[in-house]
Amino acid sequence: MYAFTYDRPSSFADALKLVEAGGQALAGGQTMLASMKQRLMQPEKLVDLRQIAELTGVSKEGDQLIIGAMTRHCDVEQNALVKQYIPALAALAGGIGDRQVRAMGTIGGSIANNDPAACYPSAAMALGATIHTNTRTIAAEDFFQGMYATALENGELIKAVSFPIPKRASYAKFKQGASRYAMVGVFVADTANGARVAVTGAANGVFRHGGLEAALSKNFAPEAIAEVMIDPTDLNSDIHASAAYRAQLIKVQTGRAVAAALA
Amino acid sequence: MGANDFASLPHIGESVLRKEDYRFLTGAGQYTDDITLTRMTHAVFVRSPHAHALIKSINTTAAKAAPGVIGVLDGKDVAHDKLNGLPCGWLITSTDGQPMKEPPHPVLALDKVRYVGDHVVMIVAETLEQAKNAAELVEVDYEMLPAVVDVRDAKKGTALHDAAPDNQCYHWALGDKGLVDEAFTKAAHITKLDLINNRLVPNAMEPRVAIGSYSRANDDYTLYVSNQNPHVERLLMTAFVMGLPEHKVRVIAPDVGGGFGSKIYLYAEDVCLTWASKKLNRNIKWVCERGEAFLSDAHGRDHSSHAELALDKDGKFLALRVHTDANLGAYLSTFSTCVPTILYATLLAGQYTTPLVYVEVDAWFTNTAPVDAYRGAGRPEATYLLERIVSRAAFELGLSQDEIRRRNFIAEFPYQTPVALQYDTGDFVACMDASQKLADVAGFKARQEASKANGKLRGIGYSSYIEACGLAPSNIAGALGARAGLFECGEVRVHPTGSVTVFTGSHSHGQGHETTFAQVVASRLGISVDSVDIVHGDTGRVPFGMGTYGSRSISVGGAAIMKALDKIEAKAKKIAAHLMEAADTDIDFANGEFTVRGTDKKIPFGTVALTAYVPHNYPLETLEPGLNETAFYDPTNFTFPSGTYIAEVEVDPETGVVRLDRFTAVDDFGTIINPMIVEGQVHGGLVQGIGQALTENCVYDRETGQLLTGSFMDYAMPRADEFPQFNIGHICTPCTHNPLGTKGCGEAGAIGSPPSIINAVLDALAPLGVKDLDMPATPHRVWEAIQSAKA
Repeated sequence: MYAFTYDRPSSFADALKLVEAGGQALAGGQTMLASMKQRLMQPEKLVDLRQIAELTGVSKEGDQLIIGAMTRHCDVEQNALVKQYIPALAALAGGIGDRQVRAMGTIGGSIANNDPAACYPSAAMALGATIHTNTRTIAAEDFFQGMYATALENGELIKAVSFPIPKRASYAKFKQGASRYAMVGVFVADTANGARVAVTGAANGVFRHGGLEAALSKNFAPEAIAEVMIDPTDLNSDIHASAAYRAQLIKVQTGRAVAAALA
Repeated sequence: MGANDFASLPHIGESVLRKEDYRFLTGAGQYTDDITLTRMTHAVFVRSPHAHALIKSINTTAAKAAPGVIGVLDGKDVAHDKLNGLPCGWLITSTDGQPMKEPPHPVLALDKVRYVGDHVVMIVAETLEQAKNAAELVEVDYEMLPAVVDVRDAKKGTALHDAAPDNQCYHWALGDKGLVDEAFTKAAHITKLDLINNRLVPNAMEPRVAIGSYSRANDDYTLYVSNQNPHVERLLMTAFVMGLPEHKVRVIAPDVGGGFGSKIYLYAEDVCLTWASKKLNRNIKWVCERGEAFLSDAHGRDHSSHAELALDKDGKFLALRVHTDANLGAYLSTFSTCVPTILYATLLAGQYTTPLVYVEVDAWFTNTAPVDAYRGAGRPEATYLLERIVSRAAFELGLSQDEIRRRNFIAEFPYQTPVALQYDTGDFVACMDASQKLADVAGFKARQEASKANGKLRGIGYSSYIEACGLAPSNIAGALGARAGLFECGEVRVHPTGSVTVFTGSHSHGQGHETTFAQVVASRLGISVDSVDIVHGDTGRVPFGMGTYGSRSISVGGAAIMKALDKIEAKAKKIAAHLMEAADTDIDFANGEFTVRGTDKKIPFGTVALTAYVPHNYPLETLEPGLNETAFYDPTNFTFPSGTYIAEVEVDPETGVVRLDRFTAVDDFGTIINPMIVEGQVHGGLVQGIGQALTENCVYDRETGQLLTGSFMDYAMPRADEFPQFNIGHICTPCTHNPLGTKGCGEAGAIGSPPSIINAVLDALAPLGVKDLDMPATPHRVWEAIQSAKA
């Protein structure tokens, strides 16, 4: 690790000033700190957002749950509102990393990092979430832009993520054996506007699958996807899984997620 | 004292809680990194980023000028100071009578690097951060060469070493090819199998770490190092590499957090730290980082084999024929050459009466990290091959997996195998019976039906292993090429008030010797386990030692302590005889008391101990004072733990996920001293073996030689939530040739389990037409095997 300065502001306004002055936001650090230890990242100024009370917590506004950017995975996992209105999201948070990671990592940190195998982006896409920053609101569709890329500008910080409450939803994660990130994770949501299916881990970024959504919008049942073809062309192939296998897993995990959502 | 007498003593067979756990569980352990010497400096190694390249130049000017830097050393400095390369401890002779190719293994690379992670430059600085910063300033100009990674590419690949132009280290064989070939012509059935024994990264919890220290006052060195055999480390380093007299080097291996074989060897870093501590006149610490460990620890396994088994019409084995290509990596690590030969081919008779076995082994250099012994060392490779082909023969002949084994089990002992070993004892039928009962094999069909109703495929897999432990009779090892003895040393120091300190050449790095060995001594002397302390891991305190590997500690190290205890007992009887005015020959010793046979005279052990050190009433004219004895023990044969393991798995045909549902291990370890510690050893071995079978795989890019599984993000260590509760059982046929009757238990789990898992998966997939599968049986591989069978 290279030397760096460390600030831990207690207000969002102070944090913004520090970030605008060139500071690197630290939102849990479960990816970034490991990268720094390996000298793969070398921020000179760290701005730790963890003391900013206004960035944490869950609230319900109308038919949406609003989750503060610095809400930790373990807090989402255990939050009563999340468990009541979007239990699939609580379960997803409870399956990220291990207990230590969940006690440090945050939802804002996860989606800002946009690891192509992270869990949260699939929920944001499938539920039609909106990302609220200091300057604007961004639809999840527009926010995630492929591997580690997002719509965030320099100096722009996420304040919260709002999730429309679906009729039912479920997340089926197939873990890569070593990292236990999603080798294929499928988040299915049955919403007022039809079924939505988002896939993480399988390609260079989270994506929705039109074929699966069309079939499930007609009939939200596992058997509805029997005839849907999953094209492996743009899927990842690596030492852990071929593209063809990932295509198979997308279909299997979608079926299982739907069955779980209906259970 | 015979093994049966020993087994009936108090404390033997008692699950005494581990004495060492108080310090481990309260954070009071002293690992090498916990040691801080005065004016400590820190080392980092600049390693090769390329698998194979010429070093055109090394520019260390900027690094030397960087803040805090004390020294920057490279291969030219090593050559200047005339340090030799790292030695190999076992000479293998090729079938043509030529010795193996033994190219130099330089301490720091000179002119050429041969694997990603090869050590090139050593930086020493006041702080670790300064050393790391300086390392980034080292400029090495490399000219890339094509890399060889896979043994199947080695012969036609670019040569790593001038001494081995076709990259071959040796071509070795065991057995009579002519007789074996002839037997195959008479076979009613021949089963053939190609398989890969996947390469593994050891991953001890504590990475390698060392501190080099030099005393200008005494002109001597101390090396603190996370190591399994400090005396061997010292012998190799002084006599072979540095040309130092042994009395000027002390090696201390304090608490060590796991080894699994990877800490047997003399590594370049250990030499560099010792050497540089004098050169720079500073204490130097190096702590290996996990990523560095993946690159530079000696790896395990990596065999590619073809096997053929000839059977008669009744399923009796007539002959076995095996060809194995073994990957030795870029250089010869300390015991690398004996693993795919002496420790492998000699186990290919297994538990069976196969009268003829022929094994050929080609060993190759590749641009990968050196490969050496890893928990089991050769025996897992032999067991995997044999137990896979036996189960495959059963599948082909329509026999059950247990029936084919029962038809071929050796039933009479001692048994001379066709591959050099002589098994002294065992009871393979009893082991199979016990394992089947514990595994509830009778209920398997019902469980299989239940799985089927859930859309899952259930399979059962057997493995009946035997292994050779208790290394080793030194004369036999010497005849087979060993360049060292394989005895062990123990010193028993009885203190004046009757407590005891034992100095053992065995080394505990998780095995619990401080408890087990104390039980041995306490039981013999009739004192409490708390009255006995075990000292190990320090060449300055322990007279000598060959260390811990090959499940040898209790059977060889323990036997040395037993021999020292015999001497203690003999001398103590003379003292007791004097005190009780009787003849030595009339003295009995039991339960901590000396008695005069046929009388009611008795004195306790403590009185005799005190008399030995306060010899006021003592036969000084015929007996020296003191009660302190040392013994060396050289075994007369290997020990042969054996067992039958039964795995039951459930496969999800849609995803290829294998769920291990039940696992039963019944072992014959001979006498068991501490059942709790043995069970822990079995559990640890099992998860390592099952890890190899289901998750672990070290993968290099076949073209570039880059390590693709260089961290826990890509290298899948087994985890607790992947395992069921293990069913553990034992039978006992005591070893016939050591005084404890023990056989060793450290590696059995890792040796016996992998084939049982793959056999179970193949049994489950048989209805889909899947016949073959290599380890690890990851979901992806299993799914692909199912797709291939469908196609």
